[in-house]
This record gives sequence, structure tokens and C-alpha cells, in this order.
Amino acid sequence: MTMTLRDALGLIVPHLGDEVCVHANGFLSRAAFAARDRDTSFYMIGSMGLASSIGLGIALARPDRRVIVFDGDGNVLMNVGTLATIAATAPSNLLHLCFDNAAHASTGGQQTISDRVALEDLARAAGYRWAGRVESGHALAALLPEFLARAGPAFLLVRIALGPPGPPGPRIPWTPPQMTDRLRSALGVA
Amino acid sequence: MGGGGALTAPVSAASFVDRLFAAGFDFFAGVPCSFVGPVIAELERRVCYLGDTREDAALGVAAGAYLGGRRPVVIMQNSGLGVSLNALGSLHILYELPVLLVITWRGYQGQDAPEHLIMGAVLAPLLELFGIPHRDPEAATVLADVDWAAATLSATRKPVALLVKPGLFAEHA
Repeated sequence: MTMTLRDALGLIVPHLGDEVCVHANGFLSRAAFAARDRDTSFYMIGSMGLASSIGLGIALARPDRRVIVFDGDGNVLMNVGTLATIAATAPSNLLHLCFDNAAHASTGGQQTISDRVALEDLARAAGYRWAGRVESGHALAALLPEFLARAGPAFLLVRIALGPPGPPGPRIPWTPPQMTDRLRSALGVA
Repeated sequence: MGGGGALTAPVSAASFVDRLFAAGFDFFAGVPCSFVGPVIAELERRVCYLGDTREDAALGVAAGAYLGGRRPVVIMQNSGLGVSLNALGSLHILYELPVLLVITWRGYQGQDAPEHLIMGAVLAPLLELFGIPHRDPEAATVLADVDWAAATLSATRKPVALLVKPGLFAEHA
């Protein structure tokens, strides 16, 4: 009934083409890797909070490519200022997904404050071109084609349940420099 | 404000920015400091500077820009280096994402407002702990030091820093 991170990713990945996908550190990267890995996927294993900044940098450097940030509520709360920077720079090729389980799942499920602070409202107030929320797999599936076709910056909060204890996928097998090289190769710059 | 740079003629921001471009740098982000006010003004005049909210966020943007094929520079005060250490350690150094750090040296030789003295005293050793090569240019060397930074970045694929002492670019507040 309630959507997990794995359920949400399972609905999203069939819609993906050649977008550059930047995944926040922790369980999100591992679940996304398990759902589907591509040369244009970048997985963070540290620098919590900066997925949105990295996505912004790629989007500004490469206006010819669509960029999707796969973020979490803990990550967004750690780098709220970048919601404002993204809104101010307004890259039309940047989409921002936030998988919100109101918890730091990777460190044991400690609560965040996103149950009381609606992160999509922060994005909307900052000035994203569009911001919204879905709370069920049905709603996510219905909204996805429209969301993925939007002009950015657009922010979609996907409310998910905290998954079962333990990691949702294997550790990323690529070394960090390999991830750098394969994304740059995929973008034709290595 | 004293400062021990013993600089007689500040470097023009335009010549510094010209040299950065000549050395291949083409993406600029940061958080300001008065020591580099003229440099940021010059970059803004050329419409190629992203002022970010925090120094580590600027480093994240620079990382993305490098992944997209650009050669980034991040400008910050040394207070911002404290904010940036996790990004440098677990993003740029770990993933081999080169970035030129232009870091102002507040608290240089213990001559500054009190909030700058501790970071001013540990700035160089802190960079050395992180294995980040650095130089602190004089007016006479700064253009050559830009070329050194570009060559070192290409060779190591890791961050390199230029430390901006008082008076290098202009009088400051």
C-alpha cells in the first residue's frame, strides 16, 4: 500500500532516457544503482547535501542535457540554500526529485523535520518554476510523464515510507574516479 | 591593516582573470571576501560568476561543472575553507575532480580581526593535511602561479589552492 523507495524508483526508471542522474549519498544511491545503472548515473558516497549543487553545476555547464537530481529529505535540509541558488539561476534543464521518508534512513532511521516542514513549499517559495508532491505510487505514475517533460527548475517531492532496516542495494562497485571518468566519457568530455 | 605582503603595486584583477582564462579556466563560483572584491567584480563584468550561498555548495557546483567538461575555479575566504573540508575530502579529492581554489588569507601573520586569527594561523598546515598543493603569490609571481596551478591540476586531477594575501589585488576594508 505505502510506497517504498524501491517502489518509487521502479516506477521512475522505465521513463528515463539519456538524462544525467545525480544521486545523493547513502541508501538512495544504493537503491538507485540496484534499480538501474547507466553511464550517465553519478552516485555520491560522501559530501552529503551536495547532490543538488552538483546537479546544478552539470545543468549550467551542459544546457544541451537534461539533469535529474535524486535527493533525500535529509540532504535537502542540509543544503537548503541551494534551493535558492537553483531558483535564482533557473536552469530549464534541471529537475529535482526528493524522496522524503522523514528520516535519515542510512544512519538508522533517525527522524528529520520534513514531517513538519514541506520541502516542496520551500522550493516553490524559493522560485522553482514548478513544485509539487505525490504520496502514492498511483499518483507518482500518473504525474511522471508530465513532470519529466517540464521546463526546470522543477521539484517533485515523493513521500515514501521508511524501508526495512538494512541497505536497499549493494555498495556501488565503481570507484569514485571511475564514476568521474564514465560520466565525463558519456558526456563526450573525457 | 598591516599584512606582511610588502606589496608595492597591486595586481590588476583584469590581468589575473585574463591569465585564468588563458590557462584554461572557464567556470567561476564562490562566496566573496573583500580581498578578492576586484576579481569578483571583474568576473561579474564578464558575466561568468555564480555567487553561491555557502562555500561547500559552490564546490559542489564546481564539481558538476567539471563533470560537464568545464574547468572550475572556486573563490572563498579562508573562513569558508572550514565549511568546505568535507566536500574537498569526500567529493573532489575522492572522485578526482580538479578545482582551483582561490582562498583569501584573512588573519595573515596574526594581523586581522579576532575571528580570523585561528584560521589564519592554520591555513597552510590545514591544506597540507589534506594534501592540497598551494602557493601564496606575490604581485610579481601571481600570473606565473596561475600557470603552475593549471599544470598541477592537470597532473594530479585534485584541488590546488592559491592563497590571496592582503593587498594582492587592491586595498581592502
